[in-house]
Amino acid sequence: MPLSKTKRIPIDISSAQVPRGRVFTIPSRCKQCNFCIEFCPTDVLAYSKEINEKGYHFPIVAEGKEEACVHCRFCDLICPELAIYTQEVVVAAEPQEQSP
Amino acid sequence: MNVTPASRETVVDSHPADGLMRADRLPHILCPGCGIGSIAHCYIDAVARSGIGEDRHVCVSGIGCSGRAAGYVNVDSYHTTHGRAIPFAMGIAVQNPSLVVTVISGDGDLTSIGGNHFIHAARRNVALNVICINNFNYGMTGGQAGPTTPRSAKSSTTPFGCWERPFNLPHLAEAVGASFVARWTTLHVRQLQDAILYSMNKTGFRFIEVLSPCPTGFGRPNDIGDGLTEMQNYMRRCVVDEDADLRDTEIDLTHPDSRIVVGNFVDLDCPSFHPALTEPPPPPRSAAAWAAVRPTQFRAS
Amino acid sequence: MTEAVTVELEARVMTGEHFMLGDHACAEAALAAGVEFFGGYPITPSTEIMERLAHRLPRVGGKFVQMEDEIASVGAIIGASVAGGRSFTATSGPGFSLMMENIGLAAMLEVPIVIANVQRAGPSTGLPTSVGQSDLLQARWGSHGDYGVVVYCPASPQECFDLTITAFNTADQYRIPVFVLMDEVTGHMTERVVIPPEDEIPRVARKRPSHPPGEGTYLPYKADADLVPPMAHCGEGYKVHMTGLTHDERGYPALNAPTHEKLVNRLVDKVRLNAEKIMLCEEIGVEDAETVVVAFGCTSRSARRAVALARARGHKAGFLRPITVWPFPETNIRRIIEAGHIKQFVVPEINLGQLRREVERLTSLPVKRINHPGGAMITPDRIVQEILS
Repeated sequence: MPLSKTKRIPIDISSAQVPRGRVFTIPSRCKQCNFCIEFCPTDVLAYSKEINEKGYHFPIVAEGKEEACVHCRFCDLICPELAIYTQEVVVAAEPQEQSP
Repeated sequence: MNVTPASRETVVDSHPADGLMRADRLPHILCPGCGIGSIAHCYIDAVARSGIGEDRHVCVSGIGCSGRAAGYVNVDSYHTTHGRAIPFAMGIAVQNPSLVVTVISGDGDLTSIGGNHFIHAARRNVALNVICINNFNYGMTGGQAGPTTPRSAKSSTTPFGCWERPFNLPHLAEAVGASFVARWTTLHVRQLQDAILYSMNKTGFRFIEVLSPCPTGFGRPNDIGDGLTEMQNYMRRCVVDEDADLRDTEIDLTHPDSRIVVGNFVDLDCPSFHPALTEPPPPPRSAAAWAAVRPTQFRAS
Repeated sequence: MTEAVTVELEARVMTGEHFMLGDHACAEAALAAGVEFFGGYPITPSTEIMERLAHRLPRVGGKFVQMEDEIASVGAIIGASVAGGRSFTATSGPGFSLMMENIGLAAMLEVPIVIANVQRAGPSTGLPTSVGQSDLLQARWGSHGDYGVVVYCPASPQECFDLTITAFNTADQYRIPVFVLMDEVTGHMTERVVIPPEDEIPRVARKRPSHPPGEGTYLPYKADADLVPPMAHCGEGYKVHMTGLTHDERGYPALNAPTHEKLVNRLVDKVRLNAEKIMLCEEIGVEDAETVVVAFGCTSRSARRAVALARARGHKAGFLRPITVWPFPETNIRRIIEAGHIKQFVVPEINLGQLRREVERLTSLPVKRINHPGGAMITPDRIVQEILS
């Protein structure tokens, strides 16, 4: 997580494993309130160029942010429309971290 | 669930929480930038996490935009008359104490037309979980002033600015005897969801005020712009102070830098109102079981 | 309550012969009918119903709650009813006025409730401790919009018992609000009341969904041929939604004229098309009567006496007492008119002409009025005078 958006630095930041997430959207439900885009702590999201059936630009993953989602679920919780959610992605573990 | 990575977003047609929403009614009628949908979402997530069967949850609403919340959540749900959600819910809670009854309604509904029911249900400590969505105005009728409209705020019935002193709802709730009193905003979705979840497992009258943007009714006449701007205001102004003196938590939007105090303010263990001579039922969940899901350390009484 | 109170449980049904107050008979009937929840607010002259239930209801395992006002009373009994219990409240005119909003909700949600209204003289605070019969039209038309209700008018403490039992059965059968429209005289009158054994108290069960939740589709507002939909209670797993907004068979808001037309017609037709089954009416000597006195509640006691006196003086007088004032027993009145003997109706009532309106609606014959706005009974002599003049 970019520290620029947080006030506090966790003391275990060097050892913590940052999760990875994948973004799912339901564009037809979106009303373009912007909450998910504005409050994403890693700025994963951006507006779509196209519009949905009601004329709203819905969230997409921004250029260059394909790997940036940390599955914090904030976009999911704050979305008033249940139009976005994330799921955790299991990244292949580093060889030295493999359990015996 | 573990999924494989994808470089871009994946378009789907349903949400994992749809089962607890009446998904056949989505999208809902509420405006873009309105926070009521977020609160309903927090409620259903709390229902899912509560460990209490969905069949034992009941949601009751009054009238207004916030009153529509009951219509979207997929539990037994009742959309009643203006201001009367609390007595209706009280009838359910007293008749069947095994149910976990949540009232979701608006500030005008609960504390203006329904103010008398609110204070008396709190005084009795009826087993109700009351979520008051405060958007500072009557949204459904087009943005009139209500009992929480801040001083000097404009609305269609206060065109020169509101001359009245607004309710300070946490102070009111504490004064009339609520067992649990919290205030959060739709920006504080995690804390809000935790507070709802926590209060679902408590006895007595529990009150959570949720400040919610209303870009159409409140934002527009007050030059707040859109719902996002109101949310950014919350981010800028809100201060978590769980030891706050609730006499000092009135919301004042006249000064651009005045703070909004949020937090879980009151947490008392008092038995629920039970008007029968038979033994009252045990609280919904044992303390040990609850501790396992207890998300954050709440303030002890 | 924090401390456990030890009170011996009592029998629900006070079987036997009693010398009993009308208000108490009403309360005993509520208990005998299986009421589990009472929410009420004190108001003269109905308070004895509430006081009796405060003593009795907790001892039969029920819940008694003194609410903050009458608006809350009806709200709470609707809530208790959707949670599966028979529920009840009692009031008088000013409280009845406050209840109107939620009476409309009960009609719209189709939640069975029973309200006893012990009438006093209005308008406003009027004569709180004296008799009136002026809530007749309010009972039928008081809430906004169109809906159907059934209103029973007892004329004795025994009928306060019997008709309150019937009221609960009618409410559950048709899923409607039902009123027991008493008056101060009947409520404060003490007479012989016979309470039958528990197994002889008639009980009509609510129609319930035919299959468990999850199996098949349960539509909460899909009515059967009798226009009444089966009712699921909360906590049973059907996840019903009920709204005071115009709604479709799923219970979801459907804010359009065709849905509204279908729904509201059904709410009214539930009572209108079953009126013949619901109507109750007492007749004495109407077969050859030239004058028929139509009266309800306490005034019918004067009327009954007056008709006997007129008969004794050689006048062919008859007596007709609507026991259900709503639906009004039109069939009985029409039959009397069609028989051809009748020359006039006399309608005594303790209001300024609310029942007379109903009789006038059905006939072009003279309908004589005997009215008093409240505070005093209409005497038999006054009615005899009008019969003979």
